[in-house]
Amino acid sequence: MTIWSLLVREILHRKLNFALGVLSVMMASGSLIGSVTLLRIHDIRTGQILEAKQVELAKSMAQLKDDTRKAMLKLGFNVVILPKDQNLSDWYADDYASKYMPEDYVVQLANSKVVTVRHFLPSLQQKIEWPERKRTIILVGTRGEVPNLHKSPVKPLVQAVPPGTIILGSELHRSMNIKVGDDVKLMGKSFKVQACYEERGSKDDITAWIYLAEAQELLDKPGKINAILALECHCTGDALPIIRKEIAGVLPNTQVIERGSRAIARAEARTKVEEQARQAVENEKAARATLRQTREHFASILIPVVVTACAVWVAVLGFTNVRARRDEIGILRTLGVSAKHVLIMFMSRHVLLGVLGGALGFGAGVASAVYFSAAREGADVQVIGTDFSWAGLLLASVGGAAALAVIAGWIPALMATRQDPAVVLHEE
Amino acid sequence: MLEFKDVTKWFDGAQGKVTALSEISFSVQPGELLAVRGPSGCGKTTLLLIAGGLLSPDSGQIGLDGQDPYELGPEMRNKLRARMIGFVFQQFHLIPYLTVRQNIQVASLAAGANEAAERTQELISHFGLDDRAGHVPAQLSTGERQRTALARALLNRPKVILADEPTGNLDEDNAKTVLGYLSQYVSDGGCVLLVTHDVRAAGHATRTLQMSKGRLIA
Ligand SMILES: Nc1ncnc2c1ncn2[C@@H]1O[C@H](COP(=O)(O)OP(=O)(O)OP(=O)(O)O)[C@@H](O)[C@H]1O
Ligand SMILES: [Mg+2]
Repeated sequence: MTIWSLLVREILHRKLNFALGVLSVMMASGSLIGSVTLLRIHDIRTGQILEAKQVELAKSMAQLKDDTRKAMLKLGFNVVILPKDQNLSDWYADDYASKYMPEDYVVQLANSKVVTVRHFLPSLQQKIEWPERKRTIILVGTRGEVPNLHKSPVKPLVQAVPPGTIILGSELHRSMNIKVGDDVKLMGKSFKVQACYEERGSKDDITAWIYLAEAQELLDKPGKINAILALECHCTGDALPIIRKEIAGVLPNTQVIERGSRAIARAEARTKVEEQARQAVENEKAARATLRQTREHFASILIPVVVTACAVWVAVLGFTNVRARRDEIGILRTLGVSAKHVLIMFMSRHVLLGVLGGALGFGAGVASAVYFSAAREGADVQVIGTDFSWAGLLLASVGGAAALAVIAGWIPALMATRQDPAVVLHEE
Repeated sequence: MLEFKDVTKWFDGAQGKVTALSEISFSVQPGELLAVRGPSGCGKTTLLLIAGGLLSPDSGQIGLDGQDPYELGPEMRNKLRARMIGFVFQQFHLIPYLTVRQNIQVASLAAGANEAAERTQELISHFGLDDRAGHVPAQLSTGERQRTALARALLNRPKVILADEPTGNLDEDNAKTVLGYLSQYVSDGGCVLLVTHDVRAAGHATRTLQMSKGRLIA
């Protein structure tokens, strides 16, 4: 016979007292572990929700961005910079300027720190009579986009026309049966056909593009251009006043007009949608944070109350047990069992009670947290993360519960030890 | 074997000091069954607890096989008690959740488990408890309970049995049986201090002392 077999037999005999103790510890550790697990599930779920929202946002943004880019490209350059003295009524009527400005302007613009416009394309345009072919055409001299020094290079929207070559609109090459590679004469100068465009349904169809310097020479406008085309950045709000102000700062002798605002509107809509989507993600984040706070707050009140109540209850059960065993303690002492062994026996009972309660509380806490979360957040609750150890939590639960039970059982056990056998045996 | 020398014990009661024992001196030798008789409250149980090393006297000395238990530390006193003394009480004090066999064997907790199982079986047979060995106290008759308590007291082959009204709760026949076992233990060389107010019990004694108000009067 050992004190351990005595311990086990006593527990089996007073099952109710022990079971109530285990239940009590289980409730304490269960509420703690349950709360921890619940918050843990909450955090993982929050991560999943926000991640899904971000992915969704990124996807729809990519789609919108692509749409806008295509619209912009289709529309082409939407900002036109003209000489200041150009009569706009004439420009709208003819679609090209009759006044000129130095070609150098485009370089100044490109080298400036202008941010509201990009893709600078200088051009010299004029409606002429093609002498060799007896036709009215629009001759455009261009040298390709002038790169902006202060920005990372962007893919040019149009390709430059190499010197000595010509590009023809569909109406021109089709009616005159000209093919790529043919040599044509324009105002006495010979050009190799570089490209023949498809029908565009605009004045482009009667346009011929040549290298800027050659156009200047043919039209007798050396070093002159009459328009700079540019692409407006998609900024929010009404950008035109800002663009005007910026360009006026660099090129005071110019004026700026905006062509077609469809792309701009599209860009603005995109910005707005993006803004809203981001706001939605922020709102979700805030809602989750509020929910977490509520849960944390609830746990911070629940846990101390439950743990204290359970500790008191375990202590009461301990006292009850000691009282019920006064006689037994007395007789064990007459048999020479030391007070130390009596203490060990009672404390072991509490350790066992705590370990059992802690393990059961761990299971109950995790299970109820998962059940509750599944009911609230929908199926597929995930608890395990990289920074999360089940073993650690189980150990904490069991260790904490054992500590709780031992602390609660300490005074009753000491009472059992201090009990004078003479007093008990005298009570007959 | 057991010796009291000028032993005095007071208690602090509600109405001041109560003298439970006053300058008690006597001795019991192996082969003796000493009965101490006296009315209720005269100090019999106090005397027994002091003899058993459970209650220290306020003055005077105890000798247990030449050793004063109150001069020892608590550990040694526990050992001495486990080895030398067996207690028998009026209320039996059996542990309710242990069987007869386990209740007897529980005496080996402090004294050591050497051959405890065989000794337990021997005592079970000796006290006619064979068909009761697996029962818990609640299932036993009072006589069987006291026999179990007696067997427990004898497990460690103590030199002294201290018995406090062992027949107080028993009928005539059972009382006779228990007293018979005590007589047998004495004739085997044991020594018994029996405190009682029962005249029958005193009939089995080799010597009887009278006690009154904490004093030995004859
Ligand atoms: N712990 C105590 N505190 C105060 N007084 C006590 C205490 N224990 C015993 N007494 C008193 O000491 C005296 C002797 O008590 P004791 O129990 O030894 O008597 P007893 O002879 O065994 O009585 P009974 O025959 O009823 O068992 C009594 O007057 C009792 O009231
Ligand atoms: Mg008494």
